[in-house]
Amino acid sequence: MSDTAASGPVMSADGVPLKRSLNRALRAQKIRALALIAPLLLFVLITFIAPIADMLFRSVENQIVRETLPETVQRLGDWDADSGEPPSEAVFTALYADIFLAAERKLHTRLGSRLNYEETGASSLFRKTGRRVDRFDTDIYTDQITDLDPAWEAGATWAALFEAREARSALPFTARSWERWTDFVINEEEDDPLEEDVPDFLYTALYSELADGAGAGLDPRVDQVIDALPGFETVSVREQFLDADEDWGGADIWRTIQTYSPAYTSGYFLNAVDMEKGTDGPQFRPENEQIYLTLFKRTMFMSMVITFSCILLGYPVAWILANLPARTANLLMILVLLPFWTSLLVRTSAWKVMLQQQGVINDTLVWLGLVDDGSRLVMINNQFGTIVAMTHILLPFMILPLYSVMQTIPPTYLRAAKSLGATNWTAFWRVYFPQSVPGIGAGSILVFILSIGYYITPEIVGGTTGTFISNRIAYHISSSLNWGLAAALGTILLAVVLVLYWLYDQIVGIDNVKLGG
Amino acid sequence: MNRTTALLGSAALALTAASALAEGHMAGEMTIVSWGGAYSASQQNAYHTPYMENTGITIINDESSPEAVAKLRAMEEAGNITWDLVDVEAADAIRLCDEGLAMEIDHDEVLAAAPDGTSASDDFGDSIISDCFIPQIVFSTTMGYRTDLVGDTPPSNICAIFDLETYPGKRALNKRPLANMEWALLCDGVEKADVYDVLETEEGQERALAKLGTIKDQTVWWTAAAETPQLLADGEVVMGSTYNGRLFSAIAEQGQPIGMLWDEQMLDFDGWIVPAGLPEDRLARVLDYLKFATDTQRLADQAAYISYGPARASSAPLVGQHAELGIEMAPHMPTDPNNAQSVLVTQYDFWADYRDDIDAKFQAWLAQ
Repeated sequence: MSDTAASGPVMSADGVPLKRSLNRALRAQKIRALALIAPLLLFVLITFIAPIADMLFRSVENQIVRETLPETVQRLGDWDADSGEPPSEAVFTALYADIFLAAERKLHTRLGSRLNYEETGASSLFRKTGRRVDRFDTDIYTDQITDLDPAWEAGATWAALFEAREARSALPFTARSWERWTDFVINEEEDDPLEEDVPDFLYTALYSELADGAGAGLDPRVDQVIDALPGFETVSVREQFLDADEDWGGADIWRTIQTYSPAYTSGYFLNAVDMEKGTDGPQFRPENEQIYLTLFKRTMFMSMVITFSCILLGYPVAWILANLPARTANLLMILVLLPFWTSLLVRTSAWKVMLQQQGVINDTLVWLGLVDDGSRLVMINNQFGTIVAMTHILLPFMILPLYSVMQTIPPTYLRAAKSLGATNWTAFWRVYFPQSVPGIGAGSILVFILSIGYYITPEIVGGTTGTFISNRIAYHISSSLNWGLAAALGTILLAVVLVLYWLYDQIVGIDNVKLGG
Repeated sequence: MNRTTALLGSAALALTAASALAEGHMAGEMTIVSWGGAYSASQQNAYHTPYMENTGITIINDESSPEAVAKLRAMEEAGNITWDLVDVEAADAIRLCDEGLAMEIDHDEVLAAAPDGTSASDDFGDSIISDCFIPQIVFSTTMGYRTDLVGDTPPSNICAIFDLETYPGKRALNKRPLANMEWALLCDGVEKADVYDVLETEEGQERALAKLGTIKDQTVWWTAAAETPQLLADGEVVMGSTYNGRLFSAIAEQGQPIGMLWDEQMLDFDGWIVPAGLPEDRLARVLDYLKFATDTQRLADQAAYISYGPARASSAPLVGQHAELGIEMAPHMPTDPNNAQSVLVTQYDFWADYRDDIDAKFQAWLAQ
């Protein structure tokens, strides 16, 4: 008996193996813990993580081109962008169908705005073409086909024709176009496609496929059209597009459509680091359009300067606060916190009044005779202004962690060091300072990360040389509507912060950061 | 028992009352988005108050126009449009229309005809720059200068901004390329008719930036139009560009020593758009309001509160006096014949195309 017990699994009192029983108990505990944090977890996931992920996803998302111009994108696949020539008539015929449907659904201008980010002029090109596309001279195909047999005018004829699988596979382009059009009429117009006029672009699509030699023997009506084809009067779809806007005759817009046809693009990220998709891979943008790398570097540099000046100004204040009797310290603490209770905009505007050339500081300096009236100091609308205003605004974020860490350093340590013969400086530098480093670390992280994403203060006092990357992100979100680029810039900023955090962890160690106690 | 019933009863009562109240709000409320400040006040006085008195509908003002484009896009993606009518600049109206976020309307059908029977589309004329746009006012970006800081010869020509010898001191200009590029080219000797042709080319853009470069380090770049009057009042700059209504209120209402330069004022329009995808009942209510708020008399009324010109031709003769100051408003309109001797009209199609490109170059140039 004792033998089996030793070699077999250990049992719990109810005869279940102990391991399983323990696991079960632990699992129950885990589930309970999870259930307890579930509300918060869900809240954070739904209101914080998911929107951010969704926003960041926009930096690569690019479905709009292939969704709006599916036929064109497909046929443009084997067009040689280096030829410098516009693509073939077949591509223009596909574009005709795509743009016609896009214009009906009012999507062509949206695509135009999207492509305009890459190719200047695309916006008006699509807007103009959209206005013209239902007045193309392609109605001669409509007339010639319906003259042969008026039954072609009825949607029912088309519907019956594409019922048959052979017709769908013999005339795929026309069949797909018919399907897209009926789909649009049913779902968006909420009408019956069989009662609508069959649009011209379908006749053009049918003609183009039949003229390529497809579709023989499908249906007597189709055969009738094929027989009559040699006598047909024709019109070039390409010419129609060129009439609407001659930019269609150049290779540039086609190259852009081809380059941006995949569903995901690195274009926004390239743009965010001052690059673009060239003919042979990524290349830098012309020098006069490079701005983002400068802004990233400036944001990093200025955030570091601000963090450093916060340490310089905040350390002595925190030290005094920590070493004063509690009553005085509390009073001073209120002074530190006071700015928190004042609106950010008011504080920033106050700095404007202080620093401008006709402002308080300059007036005082002129009055004291330190500065000539004609050469008042320029202290606002530049980097200096941003650094001063942001240091002031972020200072409490440095003082508070420093203060709470310093409070825990026993004053007896300093006295002990001095009694052992250390000078004031040595006692501070060798004994006190090392113990306050966790506070500096916490304050620096707070100040740095806050300042790296700061927007409103640089916008108001930064002028042209003191603005941050976040000002451009805001511009693209609210003004240019280029959310893809804004998302790419934001993603890069996030990545940079994470890398810096990691570096900080490597160098200082995140365990050395204390917000208090 | 009794107490429980009473409690339950009152709770039920409160619930019904609350839901009735909520329903009432839904039925009788309309959220109109505008720019805030003096401009919203002028709309409140000229349109909202009389309309609310006539119909009993409550109009809620939302001052989100500066972020309207982005917010509308976000609302559309969320599938919940909470705005009924939005006041935007013409260029934004074009963008919203392109994005499918604003509803296309038939101007003759939706808007009231002029009193003499001229159709709305003829009465509004060129100000209908997009199928989605219902014009309201004409405003202009123009120059103001400190009368006491420009010496004995106040500027009479827009090119004074580039003349650092005669008018030394700082200037305030918009931190966007619009208007700046056009003025730079004009003052660099380009014929007015050719400005946009030149600006289309790479060399033209370089040329405009080079001209702006001559005053770059003497310029304060503003992002909010209210900054220029403030900078002028503080004596921080000797001259600066802003909207004519801002200058009017600094001069006429606050009595600042500021003069106004109408030369080559950049005309622009501001007006309404109806968000796409409003439910039937809300749409009907908005269209009813629109018909009222954009009729000839209402547009003329607005000019009594702010010095922006009514977009309807038929409103111009009806423009009267300022509601509080009692001064004639007509001479302060950008469209007044004396003021409109030389104007530049914003080319929206051009800026829709070139905005991204030129803005990138402009911002890169600023950052250098």
